[in-house]
Amino acid sequence: MYEFDYQRPSSLSEAASMLSGEATLMAGGQTLIPTLKQRLAMPSAVIDIGGIAELSGISAGGGSVSIGATTRHAAVADSADVKGAIPALAKLAEGIGDPQVRNMGTIGGSIANNDPAADYPAAVVGLGATVHTNKREIAADNFFTGMFETALAEDEIVTKVVFPVPEKAGYMKFPNPASRYAMVGVFVAQTGGGVRVAVTGAGPSVFRVAEMESALGGNFWASAIEGISVSADGLNADIHGSAAYRAHLVGVMARRAVAEAGG
Amino acid sequence: MPTVSMKVNGQDASADVEPRTLLVQYLREHLNLTGTHVGCDTSQCGACVVHVDGRSVKSCTMLAMQAAGSEVTTIEGLAQNGELHPMQEAFKENHGLQCGFCTPGMIMSAIDLVNRHPNPDEQTVREELEGNICRCTGYHNIVKAVLDASGKMGG
Ligand SMILES: Cc1cc2nc3c(=O)[nH]c(=O)nc-3n(C[C@H](O)[C@H](O)[C@H](O)COP(=O)(O)OP(=O)(O)OC[C@H]3O[C@@H](n4cnc5c(N)ncnc54)[C@H](O)[C@@H]3O)c2cc1C
Ligand code: FES
Ligand code: FES
Repeated sequence: MYEFDYQRPSSLSEAASMLSGEATLMAGGQTLIPTLKQRLAMPSAVIDIGGIAELSGISAGGGSVSIGATTRHAAVADSADVKGAIPALAKLAEGIGDPQVRNMGTIGGSIANNDPAADYPAAVVGLGATVHTNKREIAADNFFTGMFETALAEDEIVTKVVFPVPEKAGYMKFPNPASRYAMVGVFVAQTGGGVRVAVTGAGPSVFRVAEMESALGGNFWASAIEGISVSADGLNADIHGSAAYRAHLVGVMARRAVAEAGG
Repeated sequence: MPTVSMKVNGQDASADVEPRTLLVQYLREHLNLTGTHVGCDTSQCGACVVHVDGRSVKSCTMLAMQAAGSEVTTIEGLAQNGELHPMQEAFKENHGLQCGFCTPGMIMSAIDLVNRHPNPDEQTVREELEGNICRCTGYHNIVKAVLDASGKMGG
């Protein structure tokens, strides 16, 4: 690691005032610290927002579940509010990495990082959530813009993610057996505004599958999407699997996610 | 250099460290608590697992400064008055270790898992040890040890 200054602000406004120049935010550090160790980043200062009380916590009510940016994966997995309103979201959190990663990693860090194989982006897009920052609100469909890219400005801080409660939802991933990151993960939700199908792990960034959404809109049943395949063009290929393999997995995981949702 | 203070195994600890110092370096190099191991240094193996405020974390993936003001427990803090913790005893009794390199982290993860799942089944134990790698035992006796200890902890 290169040298840096460390700061631990106690409020959001204090954190925002420190975030200038080459300073970077740290929430759980489960992505940032490995990045710093490899000297892939050289921040002047690390602003640790992990202890800011106003950024953490879960509340449910009025048809939505709100999760503070620095809420740990383990807290989401264990939350009675999340399990009650959106069990698929609790299950997704429970499947991230391992217990030690879940004890430190946060939802805000996960979506700000937008790793192509991360789990949360599938839920954020699949449920049509809204990302709140210290400057504005961003709809899920506009938040994830490319591989490790989001709509966030350099000095913008995610404060919470608000998930509308769906009628039904399911998440299925084929985990990489070593890291548990998603080779392919599919989040399917039946919502007031129609069915949403969001895929992570397969492409450079999370994407929706319109053809599956309209088929499931007519008949929310796994067999409704039996014949629908996605093109392998532009999908990820690496030592773990080819683009064609991932394209195939999208169909399999989508059908299992629908079955998981009770369809 | 900033001074970083925390409680380690019930005692006040303090050291002047660079901000980039990892918690595991703080424990091993500044406090000489070398029971916590570094296996991979890339967040994969779990040899470095300690408890921070009661939760198991990988101390190679946490800055010492993040733990400032916290209560940290390492493998050295488990035995009380010369008596092994039931989890340590169970690893010994069930031959849950061979070379012993993974054992400190394995035991710290195992205690956290039994705290959260007081009577785990075998599947739960295997899933919960996802973040700990052992190159020797094939896990079988580790799982046996955790199941054995779970009957003796807190009960
Ligand atoms: C061994 C291992 C296995 C893993 N397996 C999985 C897995 O299966 N699935 C999965 O999805 N993830 C996995 N992860 C990643 C893990 O979920 C991380 O915790 C997560 O991606 C980042 O969260 P963090 O809080 O640790 O962020 P940090 O590492 O603290 O930060 C990551 C990035 O986000 C920025 N950031 C953090 N918080 C905010 C905020 N509030 N606003 C704006 N920017 C912010 C930081 O500046 C930084 O650039 C794994 C990690 C490890 C080490
Ligand atoms: S040394 Fe920390 S996980 Fe391997
Ligand atoms: S006993 Fe040797 S690595 Fe586990």
